[in-house]
Parts: sequence; C-alpha cells; structure tokens
Amino acid sequence: MEAFYEWFRVFYQDTGINLTFIYDSYDRNRLIDGFWMTVWLSVICLVLSMVIGVIGAWVQGARSKTLRWLVAAYIEFFRNTPPLVQLYFFYFAIGSILPTTENRFGFQEPILDNFAWAVISLSFFAGAFNVEIFRSGVEAVPESTKEAAEALGYTRLQIYLWIVLPLAFRVCLPSLNNNLVNLVKTTTLAYAIAVPEMLYEANQIWSDSVNVPEMMTFLLVAYVFLVGVLVWAMNRWERTLRLPGFG
Amino acid sequence: MMKRPPLPQKSTGPQKSTRLQGTTDLPVLLPAAARLQAGAARERLTGGPLLRLKARHGLWLAGFCLLSAGLAQAQADGEMKRSALAALVDWMPVLLQGFLFNILISFMAMAFGTLIGAVLGLLQISLLPPVRFGSWFVTQFFRNAPWLVLLFFCMFLLPFEFDLGFVVIPFPDWVKATIGLALPVMANVSEIVRGAVISLPSGQWEAAESLAFSRRQTLWEIILPQCVKRMLPPWMNLYAILTMATVLASIVGVSEMMTQAGRALAAENRPELLIPFYSFVLLCFFAYCYPIAVATRRLERRYHVKL
Repeated sequence: MEAFYEWFRVFYQDTGINLTFIYDSYDRNRLIDGFWMTVWLSVICLVLSMVIGVIGAWVQGARSKTLRWLVAAYIEFFRNTPPLVQLYFFYFAIGSILPTTENRFGFQEPILDNFAWAVISLSFFAGAFNVEIFRSGVEAVPESTKEAAEALGYTRLQIYLWIVLPLAFRVCLPSLNNNLVNLVKTTTLAYAIAVPEMLYEANQIWSDSVNVPEMMTFLLVAYVFLVGVLVWAMNRWERTLRLPGFG
Repeated sequence: MMKRPPLPQKSTGPQKSTRLQGTTDLPVLLPAAARLQAGAARERLTGGPLLRLKARHGLWLAGFCLLSAGLAQAQADGEMKRSALAALVDWMPVLLQGFLFNILISFMAMAFGTLIGAVLGLLQISLLPPVRFGSWFVTQFFRNAPWLVLLFFCMFLLPFEFDLGFVVIPFPDWVKATIGLALPVMANVSEIVRGAVISLPSGQWEAAESLAFSRRQTLWEIILPQCVKRMLPPWMNLYAILTMATVLASIVGVSEMMTQAGRALAAENRPELLIPFYSFVLLCFFAYCYPIAVATRRLERRYHVKL
C-alpha cells in the first residue's frame, strides 16, 4: 500500500499532477474524515428528517387547529426558501441569540457548534418534505383494505404494522428517494458555516498545497460517484418494491 | 425504414392499466398514491423540489420585514441613530443592483443551459447507441453533481480571461458563476426534453410512419410541437429553482444581492438590522418568483393531458 502511495509522489514529479490526498498521509486523512463527515451528516439528517416527517404527519391528523396550522406553516416556510438562507438563519440569527457556555480553556463557546446547526437546519429542510410524503402515503391505503384486515382478525397495531405501513412505504419510496438525493447534495452547503465535510476539507487541502485543479476534479468525480451510486441503488430498490398493478 | 426512439426500461410517469398485473383493475390504492407518484416524477424531471409560493407568503414577508424594522427602531430608541427603515432605503440602490445581477445571471444561465440542454436531450433519443449513451452519461453526470461543487469547479478552473491571439475575452467572476449554474440547468433541460418525447404515446410515431413521414419530419413536425406543452411547466419550475440558486454565487464571492446585503450590514455594524435586511432580500426573491410559480401552475392545469 505504501508503495502505491509513493508511486503518486513519483507521478507528481514526473507529470506535475499533484495528488497530495493520496501520497501525503495528513491530507489523505483529512479528505477521508471529510468524506465520512459528509456521509455521517447525510445519515443523521436522514434519520432526523424521517422522525420529523412521522411526527409532522401524525400532528397533521390532530384535532387541534393550531397544531395543524403550525405544521402547515413549517412546511411552507422550509419548502419555499433556499436552504442556504435557512442555514444562515439558523446559524447566524438563532445561534447568536442562544446563551454561551465556558469551555475548558475559559473561552465563551456557543452551546451548539457548526455541525449541530448544520444537522438541525438540513433535517428541518428535508423533514418538511417528508411530512407530506408520509401523510399522502398513509392516506393512500383504502379503508376497505383495513376493514378486510380487521375481518381477518388483525388488531389495530397489527393492521398498522403489517398492512398500512408496508403499502404506504412502497408508495412513498420514489418521493423519499428524491428527497434523500437532494439531501446528500445539500450537505455541501454546510461548507458555508465551516462544517468539515468533503468540500470544506478539499478546500483546506488546495489552500495548503495549491493544487486546485486536481482537488476540484477529484471532488466533482467523488460527488458524482457518491450520488450516482445512491441513485442507482435506490432505483433498483424501487423497482424491487414496486407494487404490482400500480406504477 | 424508420424506427421509433428507444423506449425506456422504466417510465417515470404514472402508468395506465396496461401495466396492470393480475386479473383485476380495481384501484388498489386511493388517489393520494397517484398524486404522490406524479409529484415524484415531476421532481425527478426538474431535478429539485418544486416551489409552492402563495400570495400570502409575500404578505407575511413584507409584514415580517416591517415588524422587524420597527423592533430594531424600538431597540435603538434614545440613541442618535437612523431608523432601520431609513437605513434600508439608503441601501436599497445597492441591494437592488445586486438583485439585478442575480436576475442577469439566472437569465444567461437559463439561456445557455436551455440551448445546450435541448441539443443534449435530442441526442439522448438518437438512434445511434454511442451518441445515446454518451449524451445520457453527460446528462446524468451533471444532474448528479451538487450545484455548489459545479459552481466551485467553474470558479476555480476557468481562466479570468481567454487570449485568442487577436482578441482577449475577459472572464469576470459572474460569467464563471453563470457557466457554473448553466451546467446543471443544461442537464435538467436535457432530461426534460427526453422525458417529454418518451411521454408521448407511441401511436404518434406509428401514425407518422404510416403517413410516410421521415424520422426528421416526425420529430420536428409531430413530436416536438406536442412536447412544448409538456416541457413548458417543468422548464419554468427549473427557472424558479435556478433563480433561488443564484444566491449560491455569494459563497464564491460574486457581488450579488446576498453578498451586498452582507457588506451593507458589515458597514452599518448594527446587529438589529440583520433581520430586516435579510427579510428584504427574501421579499425581492419572492416578488420575482411568485408570478413565475403562478404561471407555471396555470399552465400545468391548462396543459394537463391524460394519457
């Protein structure tokens, strides 16, 4: 492996193409950390946005008019403003209002760091879409299907777990996939508030080693690969789960 | 002999009963499912979530802007300071100039993207497999790349001027940003064109063939005129998305509205102005995007075709 890395140092001397992120272990680790940060950010935001979606869909069926109105306002706000503006709004406007704590060096430090704000902002962004997706999915299951399950002796919980959710999930999947792909692309915006994800780390590397073209090309290919694999896998999954007789 | 364009393995649109498996055509699911599916297909075509602007959003924004300006004034009461609204009015020319820049970038990016994207889309339905595959690959490549990464790519890798020997073409920041934004637009337009062509019933191709139309005639005189109706709503949606995405150019330092608002705030150095200024920025974007969103919805309803 070492020899493989070293080969790129020779490659640089021969061709002038400076791939520091392969032969320099420091840069390599930075970029790998950045990659995992992008994945980690996407996964956390995916999970949280699903939770927000389920809660939101549940609240939208509530009796209280105020609650329903609140969820509707939330969806409209996050659907119609650019995610960059949301990120700035959370980080600069709300982040500056919150109290600070003292860290172990005696400096004042905000309670929530950049990463936390990126997670919050992106989760709320993706969650707004999930609320409507989940609600439509559950709405799509006809009453007669549930009645049929009831007639077969299913309890309410069983009906929900074995009849409604599997059907609803299959209906929701294409929309959820769109949302997920969109979320992964949007994680690049966390660069704007200095979250050390892949774009940010690549920026650090090219600032240090002055190899902008190499890093830029790598970055483009890496993101296209990441998103491309995701789209491909999700489309396959969609096709496997496609409901017979629908879509 | 003329051949029909290759039909895709899987169509993105809602399917008819021809795909129905089994022996029943009773609806298995309620209309909400079909709505969700159609929405997902539209999003895939446009390459991003669709805007749902309503007139009351503008009223809220305007109200919010005025309210926060009033609050800022109340906070600054007693001190010898200009009112927040006066500050906003003072900075208005700078901000609006920035906004004009946003619109200019969006216009040019859309124009370039549409021109190249339309060609790319037609190549995607070519009968030659290498051409088809090549254009498909380019389309997917730029569709899957995040907008910000493409923007960075163009900002850093394009030279600041092109020297053609006899003439030097300057390449300022905003032109590079325009190209960076035109790339994803191109890919999405290509997909819109392809989607529109394959969404036409194959009977159109067969009827044209039986009337001895050549492939080119069929495409130009029968297929594409029908596609325009289908392409227009997603194309306009794409434009609205692009306009909102022009604020990304602020990250790479183009003097558009977000950047100008940030500079104005830095010059004023009054944190209470933050909310009125940024809500004014949002209001401008709303005022521009709202008519587009309404027109798109109307067109969609008018051109709604059942297959």
